[in-house]
Amino acid sequence: MKNNFSIVFKSSKFRLGFIIFVLLLLSMIIFPLVNSEDPLKMNYAMFQKPGPNLPLGADNFGRNEFVELIAGGKTSLIIGILAGGIATGVGLILGLFGGYIGGLVDDILSSITNIFLVIPSFIILVLISVSITSRSYLTTALVIGFTSWPWTARAVRAQTISLRNRDHVNLAKVSGYSIPKIVATEILPYIASYVGMAFILQVASGILSEATISMLGLGPQNTVTLGLMLNWATMYEAQMSGAWWAFLPPVLMIALITFSLNLMNTGLDQIFNPQIRS
Amino acid sequence: MKSYRRYMTSKMVWYILTFVVALFLNFLLPRLIPGNPVSTIVSKITSGMADTNSIKRVYETFEKEFGLNKPIWEQFFIYVSNLFHGDMGTSFGQYPRKVTDILASSIMWTIGLQLPAIIVSWILGNVLGVLAAYIKKGFDKVLFPVFLFISCIPSFGFAIVLVWLFAVVLKIAPASGGYAFDMIPSPTISFFLSVVQHYQLPFWSIVLVGIGGQSLGMREMSIYELNADYVKYCRLLGLEDSKIVRYVFRNAVLPQITGLALSLGTMVGGALITEIVFSYPGLGSVLFNAIAAQDFPLISGCTLLITTGVLIANFVIDIIYGLIDPRIKVAQQE
Repeated sequence: MKNNFSIVFKSSKFRLGFIIFVLLLLSMIIFPLVNSEDPLKMNYAMFQKPGPNLPLGADNFGRNEFVELIAGGKTSLIIGILAGGIATGVGLILGLFGGYIGGLVDDILSSITNIFLVIPSFIILVLISVSITSRSYLTTALVIGFTSWPWTARAVRAQTISLRNRDHVNLAKVSGYSIPKIVATEILPYIASYVGMAFILQVASGILSEATISMLGLGPQNTVTLGLMLNWATMYEAQMSGAWWAFLPPVLMIALITFSLNLMNTGLDQIFNPQIRS
Repeated sequence: MKSYRRYMTSKMVWYILTFVVALFLNFLLPRLIPGNPVSTIVSKITSGMADTNSIKRVYETFEKEFGLNKPIWEQFFIYVSNLFHGDMGTSFGQYPRKVTDILASSIMWTIGLQLPAIIVSWILGNVLGVLAAYIKKGFDKVLFPVFLFISCIPSFGFAIVLVWLFAVVLKIAPASGGYAFDMIPSPTISFFLSVVQHYQLPFWSIVLVGIGGQSLGMREMSIYELNADYVKYCRLLGLEDSKIVRYVFRNAVLPQITGLALSLGTMVGGALITEIVFSYPGLGSVLFNAIAAQDFPLISGCTLLITTGVLIANFVIDIIYGLIDPRIKVAQQE
């Protein structure tokens, strides 16, 4: 295990991504401990300019943009991780069993996967969110998670099929192991690195999905996320009043979080797929 | 050619099946709203009306239009048959305009914006990607993180920044709309110029973000191909580099076509939101306003139209892929 970590950290891309991510994470954890200001409290003037006590100014509701940014980043990240976890979990289970069992089960599962792969998940996200009138950030995370599993399922299925007829799997089969046990002990370990990378990408796309759905006015309620901050900034035309502090920080925060995740993913990819090392 | 026809037919069957599923989801999901949607809608429309008789009439009209007093499967057939008659119902928010009329007036704006933007970003992204992989060294070291960072910015976020920078700070581009607000759409030169002017910012915010994503995929595929044996063999034979790059490009671009098909849904989604930032008169803005007004027939019309558009685009990509990938032709002949 220790050896694995040292290999991973040899990649400069992974290192950089990891450092950015940990710094962001630490700021999200430590800042609320030091500063207990409520991110939703309206203490200032609309679009108040940045000043000594107000590093990023105030938003359209007169709320401290910096405090909001940290709180919003945290909620967005939680949504991303939950959604990514669900999407990876569902995709993994469907892909593993479809790919391993084969036959009719596989036909049905991969048909469903292929159908949901072409129907834009963004549309299903809109249709479900419109139907749910009260949305917490947990609901948003659940909905995003359950609409974004198809490509993980397809990729895991392809990998499982390539492993299905290996000798060690056949040996386990002959020894009379049950299907869940074979899948868990003989196949899963071989695709674990791949699943880890898929999870990282799903977290990044979960954060982007939250921003997309929030921009449409279908985001979570009674909370602050990066997508909601952008939504408010556009609704109150922050860009037209030149209030760059209302939209630039959330845009950069979204970009920075997903950038660090993607960097880590690329770093991991180069380690596990030696063929694409430049 | 017979084999290719078989490939096409099987693809077509799949897309029709997918369309039916999309149709069903489009019908079912909004109807899962707890409580009677008609009474929710009617109470919203009739708030302020005192006459119970007219409230009752409004209620009955809506119930009849949606056939809500019938079992759900029958409602589905009514929905489908209305659809084939080109009837998507009447908009609540822009009453009494027909949903189909609203969609018809906005779809050309969306296609006109997104189709060129996605194609341009795909082509530019792929060329830059293969160059980054080939030139390596400084070029790759600088370009890779820059592209990765750009591809991580959602296109609507990028759009807000572009509006602020070019329309508000530098004042060299209009900030919103598809044409100047004091104009009426007409086939005149001044109107056309206004459209072109308003086209720039939304177009480039979609293109630049798209280039980032596409070039990364292409770079990775090209590195993979550059390490392949045939490239080493070509080098050994002393082939010119420009010729080798062309071979690499051809092999690496095939998976990129599939990649485009897979990322199309997300790209279209992001681009629709970009329209909102610019109040561009396309489907994205219509969808946004429909959601704000809880205009269910219009929301459902938008989602169905967008899904259909993405499905058609995917189908076209599949057909092109079958034409240019020799492996598909060979596999079909066996």
